[in-house]
Amino acid sequence: MADTAEILSGLAEIVEEVAGIDTAEVTAEKSFVDDLDIDSLSMVEIAVQAEDKFGVKIPDDQLAELKTVGDAVSYIEKNQ
Amino acid sequence: MTTFRLPPSVPGARILGLGSSQPEHVVTNDDLAQRVETNDQWIRDRVGIVERRVAQDDVSLVDMAVEAGSRALKDSGLATADIDTVIVATCTMTAPIPNAAAQTADRIGISAPAAFDLNAACAGFCYGLGAAADLVRSGSARNVLVIGAEKLSDWVDWDDRSTCIIFADAAGAAVVTGARSEDEIGVGPVSWGSAGDMANVIRILEESTNKLHQEGQTVFRWATTRIAPVALDAIAKAGLTPADVDVLVPHQANLRIVEAVAKKLRKEGAREDMRVADDIVHSGNTSSASIPMALDHMRAAGRIRSGEIALLVGFGAGLSYAGQVVRVP
Repeated sequence: MADTAEILSGLAEIVEEVAGIDTAEVTAEKSFVDDLDIDSLSMVEIAVQAEDKFGVKIPDDQLAELKTVGDAVSYIEKNQ
Repeated sequence: MTTFRLPPSVPGARILGLGSSQPEHVVTNDDLAQRVETNDQWIRDRVGIVERRVAQDDVSLVDMAVEAGSRALKDSGLATADIDTVIVATCTMTAPIPNAAAQTADRIGISAPAAFDLNAACAGFCYGLGAAADLVRSGSARNVLVIGAEKLSDWVDWDDRSTCIIFADAAGAAVVTGARSEDEIGVGPVSWGSAGDMANVIRILEESTNKLHQEGQTVFRWATTRIAPVALDAIAKAGLTPADVDVLVPHQANLRIVEAVAKKLRKEGAREDMRVADDIVHSGNTSSASIPMALDHMRAAGRIRSGEIALLVGFGAGLSYAGQVVRVP
C-alpha cells in the first residue's frame, strides 16, 4: 500500500509521461483541467496508468469527479 | 463410404491490389464551427482531424464502393472475370435490403459472384480480409474483392459536436488471391473477437431519428487498452515479431488512439522507425474504409513500399475488433 506522498509522486510521474507536465508542477491543489490544462482523453490515459500502478479501479463516472490532483490522490488512497 | 474430394488448397493468401475512393466535398473544422460550438484547435487536439470528406446527395455508398473496387481491381492486374467473390464491409447502408455487395459487383462488371455484406463496423475490413484469405486458402474462392465502404454522414447527428467532427465518408478496397508458395503468403491469420457486453457504447439511437451515438471516453479507454494486445496477437499468429512491422495501419478512429497503440507496440519491441498511418488528419474517421484507404494513400505517397510488412487492426462498434499482418502489394 502506497502512502499519500508515494501516491502523489507516482501520480506526478504518470502525468508527466502522459501530458508532458513537469512533476514539480503536479501538486495537490492543482486542478487537472484548469491549472494543468489536461483534457478528458489524457485523464483517461492517466486513470488507466494509475489503475495499473496502484491496483485501483477508476471508472469513467468516478474519474469525472476527480477535479484536483489531491482528489485523485485521496481516491487512490481510499480505494487501493 | 462416399468421400468428399475438396479442391486443392493453396499455402495461403496475399493482397494483389489496393484502391480507394473519397467524395469531393471537403468539410473543414471551421465549417463545423459555423454549425456547432467547437473550434479548429479543439478538434485538432482531441481527434487530430484537420478536414474530412462528406458525400453529398448525389454520391451513394455503392458509388464509392464501385470506384474503390474498380481501382483495386485495376491495381491488381486481374480482369473482372477473375473475381468470384465480393465482400462489402459496411455498417451504414440506409436500407438493409438489397445488400451493397451484389449491386457493387454488377456495376464493376463482375458477373454472378458470391456477394455479401459484412457488418463488423470499424473492424469490418479486417474481418472481411480474414474471411477472404480463408476462402482463397480453402479453395472456396479464387480471387476475392474486399471493400470497406461507408457513408457515415447519413447517420451523423450534425448538431452533436462530439460526433459530427469525427466521422466522414469513403471506400477502400483490396483484391485477395492465393499465394502459390509459402514465400508468397501475404496475409497472416486474423486475430479477432468482440465485446458484446459493451454494445451500447457505440450505437444508433432509435429514439432520436436514427442518429449515431458514441460514449467517447469509454471507447477511448477500451481502444487504448484492448487493441494493442490484439495487434500483438496478430503478429504472433503470423510467426513474426513486433520488430518485423514496417508500418502500422490501425483503424483511423482518432489520432490519439492511433498514437497510443503505436506507443504500446513500441514498448513491446516495435521499431522507432515503424511508420504509423495518420490518414485521419485529412480523411476523418471512415469506419471500415479507413484501413484500406490509409494503405492506398500511404503507398501512393511513397510512404510504404511494395513488399513491406503492414500491421492492420480494426476496432469499433459491436464492440468488434480484428487484426492481421499483411505484405503491401
